[in-house]
Amino acid sequence: MKRRDFLIRSAAVAGASTLPLEVLAQSDRRKELLIVANETGPNSLDIHTVGANRPAYGVSWVCYDRLLTFGRKTLPNGVATYDYTRLEPELAESWQLASDGMSAAFKLRENAKFHDRTPVTAKDVKWSFDRAVSVGGFPTFQMKAGSLEKPEQFVVVDEHTFRIDFLRRDRHTLMDLAVPVPSIFNSELVKKHVTKEDPWGLNWTKSNTAGGGAYRVESWKPGQEIVYARYEDWKSGPLPRIRRVVLREIPSAGSRRALLEKGDIDMTYEMPPKDFLEMSQGGKVVVQTTPIENSIWYLGMNVTRPPFHNPKVRQAVAYAIPYEKIMDGAMYKRSTRLWGEKDNSAGSTAWPQPHGYTYDIPKARALMKEAGTESGFETTLSFDLGQGTVSEPACILIQESLAMIGIKVTLNKIPGANWRAAMLKKELPMMLNRFGGWLNTPEYFFFWNYHGQNAVFNTMSYQNPEMDKLIDAARFEADRKKYEAHVKGFIDIAFADVPRVPIAQPNFDVAMQKNIGGYRYWFHLQPDYRNLEKA
Amino acid sequence: MDTAAPLTSAATAAARPGWRETLAHVRYVATENPVTLGAFGLFLAFVALAILGPWLAPYDPLASDTARALQAPSARNWFGTDALGRDILSRIIVAARLDFGIAVSAVLASFLVGAALGSLAGFFGGWSDRLIGRLADTIMAFPLFVLAMGIVAALGNTVANIILATAIINLPFYIRVARAEVNVRRNAGYVDAARLAGNSDLRTLAVHVFPNVLPPMMVQISLNMGWAILNAAGLSFIGLGVRPPEAEWGIMVAEGATYIISGEWWVALFPGATLMLAVFCFNLLGDGLRDIMDPRMRT
Amino acid sequence: MRLIGRRLAGAVPSLIGVLIVTFLLTRALPGDPAAYFAGPAATREAVEQIRVQLGLDQSLAHQFALYLRDLAKGDLGSSLSTGQPVLAEIRSRLPASLELTLCGLALALAVSIPLGVLAATRPGSWIDHLCRVLATAGVSLPTFFTGLLLAYVFYFLLGLAPSPLGRLDVAFSPPPAVTGFYLVDSLIAGDAELFRACAKQLVLPAVTLALFVMAPLMRMTRASMLGVLSSDFIRTARASGLPRATVLYRYALRNALLPVVTTLGMVFSFLLGSNVLVEKVFAWPGIGSYAIEALVASDYAPVQGFVLAMALLYVALNLLIDMLYGVIDPRAGIES
Repeated sequence: MKRRDFLIRSAAVAGASTLPLEVLAQSDRRKELLIVANETGPNSLDIHTVGANRPAYGVSWVCYDRLLTFGRKTLPNGVATYDYTRLEPELAESWQLASDGMSAAFKLRENAKFHDRTPVTAKDVKWSFDRAVSVGGFPTFQMKAGSLEKPEQFVVVDEHTFRIDFLRRDRHTLMDLAVPVPSIFNSELVKKHVTKEDPWGLNWTKSNTAGGGAYRVESWKPGQEIVYARYEDWKSGPLPRIRRVVLREIPSAGSRRALLEKGDIDMTYEMPPKDFLEMSQGGKVVVQTTPIENSIWYLGMNVTRPPFHNPKVRQAVAYAIPYEKIMDGAMYKRSTRLWGEKDNSAGSTAWPQPHGYTYDIPKARALMKEAGTESGFETTLSFDLGQGTVSEPACILIQESLAMIGIKVTLNKIPGANWRAAMLKKELPMMLNRFGGWLNTPEYFFFWNYHGQNAVFNTMSYQNPEMDKLIDAARFEADRKKYEAHVKGFIDIAFADVPRVPIAQPNFDVAMQKNIGGYRYWFHLQPDYRNLEKA
Repeated sequence: MDTAAPLTSAATAAARPGWRETLAHVRYVATENPVTLGAFGLFLAFVALAILGPWLAPYDPLASDTARALQAPSARNWFGTDALGRDILSRIIVAARLDFGIAVSAVLASFLVGAALGSLAGFFGGWSDRLIGRLADTIMAFPLFVLAMGIVAALGNTVANIILATAIINLPFYIRVARAEVNVRRNAGYVDAARLAGNSDLRTLAVHVFPNVLPPMMVQISLNMGWAILNAAGLSFIGLGVRPPEAEWGIMVAEGATYIISGEWWVALFPGATLMLAVFCFNLLGDGLRDIMDPRMRT
Repeated sequence: MRLIGRRLAGAVPSLIGVLIVTFLLTRALPGDPAAYFAGPAATREAVEQIRVQLGLDQSLAHQFALYLRDLAKGDLGSSLSTGQPVLAEIRSRLPASLELTLCGLALALAVSIPLGVLAATRPGSWIDHLCRVLATAGVSLPTFFTGLLLAYVFYFLLGLAPSPLGRLDVAFSPPPAVTGFYLVDSLIAGDAELFRACAKQLVLPAVTLALFVMAPLMRMTRASMLGVLSSDFIRTARASGLPRATVLYRYALRNALLPVVTTLGMVFSFLLGSNVLVEKVFAWPGIGSYAIEALVASDYAPVQGFVLAMALLYVALNLLIDMLYGVIDPRAGIES
């Protein structure tokens, strides 16, 4: 009964005798209600819990505050996006870097309150940061990417001042404060629900929020829908225009498209690229397109499994990938090409950037001959079923093309949940995968994908000490010129050695009704309802 | 020597009609049942397609041509092209072999094993009945599609596993029907006669009882053939069907389903229509076969 | 009562069989839940940690014993992907599937039985052939295809059907839960408008399901009626001059219903497990889609819970059917 929309109901029942006042209220209400449909919803309300999926990050984003956030800029194609070079206040009104550059002090807003009206203090911030670096899994790994590793780094100076001591000078540290992971929790509230086996209260925060963000969770039916309601006392930014948001899980893409085009939902964003292409041309709805930063579709080859240990074989494969066909048939041009440059040397420090390989079968065959594998060989190409809309047609095209240079490929579809396990085992000889990094720097990407530390994302098991040196140097290099040299250096190696062949940089598409404004692209690929409004 | 069997021994004559009688009977049934005749013709057409497929296809079913992707049916591509530019007609023709193979193998395996088990259970009773009954009950207690999914997910999605999974989930039907029918007949007059004539229990079961059990099984078999193909289609929809780029009617419909809303209706319609036609034809065929075998079931 | 007890006792071995097979099957699934839940950047050590946390490092026999122990306490475990207790999720999702399946079945019966009787009384006629053709056509299409087609035609093109958003439109909230069946609960709450809204959402998915099961029901009715109509006692009834309707409905149909009831049982349990495809197309928050998602994610607790629930339902259903047998035909005994 709580959510019953009384006016709509009575308006319908009253039928012809609807008073103009009620009709006005109805349309007003519709203006302040946003209906979003997506394939999957959150499987947890807390990003720190084990196995939290991407939509769960979206919950953390709107229900919890962070110390800082990113600014705004506009892309050439008119789409608004976050600006990773500009940090702006959120919970922290202002901040100051120490003169030696080894710590930063943050002044918290004094009037900020959690959803239960208790004030936000530096104690809560410290508890939240301690939690983020202690729970393990993805949150801790993400904190580490910004050199936020030990609880000792986080210091409560006074009730509204919080200090972070740096372990080393890492340009990613401050950026890392604006990602969804270091959310500020209502520590007193969560502490009421901790147990010996669960000292951080993860079991409770999985289904309950303890935040102070712009929205609170009004109701959540896991697997079905989540409803957000605006938190009227939010002080860390301008109050959102949308009062309520309903996010419903509708697994069928066809249904979602039908619903959107008929006007029954306001927004959706996990659709096949073909649908986005058609919707953008159709004129009934608006599609906002943004290239996903630091994200690449690639074909990886496990260098520890012959014959992929031979760079000539890898180069042959790089010349045998039907790039244009993939771009057309699998991605419907909704990505940026990463092939076909004039050569394989890094033109700048921009990442992703295109390499010099093209679709050239004679060249590929010649390389196979040089490698001594002219007679061909058999192998398996694996891909994540969860990304199948693009991966499957792309893999079929690659399979067809590699057959022309003598490589007989069997396709191997791996369901999403098992994909990570498969990657961890590092046994797949060849795979089509996509990786995107939240912090938009090339050294960040290379650290997780090419470095000899052999993270799970280094699906090629690539180990090259020369490259490692360059990557490590670039991560902490302060001198601009030296930094550029390092970056160009490791990009050059990556292209020459080609343990993985970058294919395209994917776009992030969101389709919405024409009357929705304020959309902004965020690196976490979740909608930010706080900026939206309906005309 | 007169080819017609002498009508001296009623039992033997009734059990073995001459080929002339059979042919006349078939002709009679055919003319009485135009639908069945049609279904049989269709069945033969499908079998021809399955055998001759690769030679009949106008284009290479696996050759992609992204420049010609998602083209409507035209003179060049009678059924249009799919998302990768492959000719849909060719893929449908070639898929007949795979789908028929899956259906026939799965149902045959299921029928042979299930009917054998069920007949044994129905004829001998006792502990064999209880054991086999429990087996059937256990399988039936599972939500069948989920069981098929589980088997394919656990063992890997190869054609062999799809056949295995389909065969397993259809087993209980055959067990039950065979058991029930054999049970009803096991004390019939002719069975006693056969026993008295010196036939062993097993021979009585196999030669005298079992043929009488076949007609009710025919309906089951025909339904199952269709279900086997639809089962594979459902598995493809979830992602556990045959591997790409294999052409199989079910996976083609699953792929085409995403294009219905955007208006490329032919990608799903033609394989779907073919699928429906094949399942249709199996079902109608089963009816016709039953009519031929047991005129008593008709009025 | 004794019969019921005996029936239940007879079902225990199959239930045990179900438990064991499901357990083995889920453990045989290729995924590694530990790797999945250790997060996107886990190292091998982190994965091992999670594996121990989840108890997956124990032997199979040990894990099975733990599972049985929890089961005895009524604890079906928690879903690893949603984090919710399986029992709670099944309890909330089962009514959704049941409601849909029952509606589909009712619809199918309402069409199949009359058609089957019609076909049986005019065997060989064009009506017979037409009925056969129609019913067969329904069963020959994959349910997800029919569902999408219906949604496309009736919702997208014609605008007649409501949006395939799930059980209830966004503007309404569900009725206070008594049975979990929205139709029943909205009537109990006396809310006619809500009842209509729930019914509207049910139409397309129920029709999709009904189309699929019409055929077996119709053929069974027809075959069974044919068999009965050719029997001696019907001949006697006709010869005695009883009116046609009486012969047909009071004597023939009642006797013919027995196999139909069996088919009904099989069809119902088949539907419950396989309406996942329909649930996917219409965003129906049912138990089928729940199980499939869990299966693909190698999330074994929901799969085990789901199969167990279905097995129990199946046993209950069989019992019901056996009792129905006794009501319809007192001659039908229960085989021991």
